[in-house]
Amino acid sequence: MDKSQNIRIRVDEVNFFYGPRQILNRISLDIFNQCVTAIIGPSGCGKSTLIRLFNRMNELVPHSRLEGKIILDGEDINSSLRNVVDIRKLVGMVFQKPNPFPKSIYENVAYGLEVNGVKDKLFIEEKVTDSLKKAALWDEVKDRLEESALRLSGGQQQRLCIARCLAVEPEVILFDEPCASLDPISTKKIEELCWELKKDYTIVIVTHNLQQAARIADYTAFLYLGELIEFGETDKLFTVPQNKKTEEYLTGKFG
Amino acid sequence: MNTKMIIEKIGFALLVLCILITLFFLGSILYFLSIRGFPALSWEFLTSFPRSGMTKGGIAPAIVGTFYLTVGAMMVSLPLGLACAVYLCEYSPKGVWVNLIRLSINNLAGVPSVVFGLFGMSVFVKFFDFGISILAGSLTLGILALPGIISAVQEALIAVPYSFREASYALGGTQWTTIRKVVLPAAMPGILTGVILSIGRIAGETAPILFTAATFYSRFYPKSLFSETMALPYHIYALMTEGTHPREQTVIAYGAALVLLLLVLFISALAIYLRQKQRSIHG
Repeated sequence: MDKSQNIRIRVDEVNFFYGPRQILNRISLDIFNQCVTAIIGPSGCGKSTLIRLFNRMNELVPHSRLEGKIILDGEDINSSLRNVVDIRKLVGMVFQKPNPFPKSIYENVAYGLEVNGVKDKLFIEEKVTDSLKKAALWDEVKDRLEESALRLSGGQQQRLCIARCLAVEPEVILFDEPCASLDPISTKKIEELCWELKKDYTIVIVTHNLQQAARIADYTAFLYLGELIEFGETDKLFTVPQNKKTEEYLTGKFG
Repeated sequence: MNTKMIIEKIGFALLVLCILITLFFLGSILYFLSIRGFPALSWEFLTSFPRSGMTKGGIAPAIVGTFYLTVGAMMVSLPLGLACAVYLCEYSPKGVWVNLIRLSINNLAGVPSVVFGLFGMSVFVKFFDFGISILAGSLTLGILALPGIISAVQEALIAVPYSFREASYALGGTQWTTIRKVVLPAAMPGILTGVILSIGRIAGETAPILFTAATFYSRFYPKSLFSETMALPYHIYALMTEGTHPREQTVIAYGAALVLLLLVLFISALAIYLRQKQRSIHG
């Protein structure tokens, strides 16, 4: 397979600053279509900051500055020609802590459609059902769609957030440490879901958990102090790391 | 028993004492008002006009007047205050000017209510030529309530977790849709609490309506926004200071005070009910 044909997001020489502090330093990286790419590294290395560039969430942070390009399907996402709302519909995001709205389960999933101007009730209903099924939550909630989403367990809430994200029909999904606050069983469900979803979506996942990266990712990027130390196929990176730092991190010498 | 535990016990006792003192005053006000005011209460008292030089009859026009003024004031201050708070909290750039605006709003809360009354008279009654009227009174009371509403709404908006906004933006929500569909509904209980407190304050204010809306005696219910009106707090004030038959009028004044208290309680209860309903949907 010719990889270059298959690049979904290209990160090109990216520097990123919060005020005077440089968070990311000359990062270049390709995210491949219909693959799971994991980003690993110790706390504060810039993992979350990096994936938040892919749906332009960082521009909500005051005094932040980006140099370099993030290219999605051949076009710079920060170009003035592209609308941030369109980018965020195309690139969905699931956050570290489950953050359902204080609304009903149904309303949560329908929200993204409604804010994007979908009026057709039948279509919304179909989409909600479909998204909940894809997120492997349907069987648990089908009889209580009108209940508040806040009554669900943490793991269910996170799958609801995934369903909410799927409803908008993104093509890329960013997971920002989605299992950080979940128990092992919920974590396993989310991992299986990632595996399932990669058939149709391009997935980027930030994780603290090395085993998780090894289990689900096709590609892994190791970030350290804002720099990309190593990037490659997960098997290779974990078995024969090219860089000494990567090896030290994987073997638990620091982190 | 060691010293730490003794100190803790004393501290706890002091806190209980403070609560008891507060409850004592609250209870005695209620008790006093009920004892003095209850004899005046009757169906007739609530539904008829004052008669025989204010010594007999009821306070119906004052109840109606206070109701109109309170609702009118909320119609002024709620939309205005909501918009101000949303701007200050969600949109305004951080900086000297906005801080100055915040400071001014907080200062506005400290202005004595009689000053608002004078302002209302010179601006609404005279300059805009609304005359002594429900309109002028509502506007004056509305402005008086504004700083309270603004800060209550701001508090409520700040309390909405950033993660809700983030989730909405990530789904392609614009700032306005996020505020309208996520932030404001989540802040609603807090906003309603602010509204409850403001209603209580407005309904009981005397000074701001003294020169802008209130009249001592009226033979009619107010006919339009431009009518002057009787109002409970002013009615009490007038009975106690200008009456010629203190014996009979004092009873009516206490009755009116009790009604005012019950009216405020009723409105608050309504708002609390709405808040609970809101919480049960969103909570």
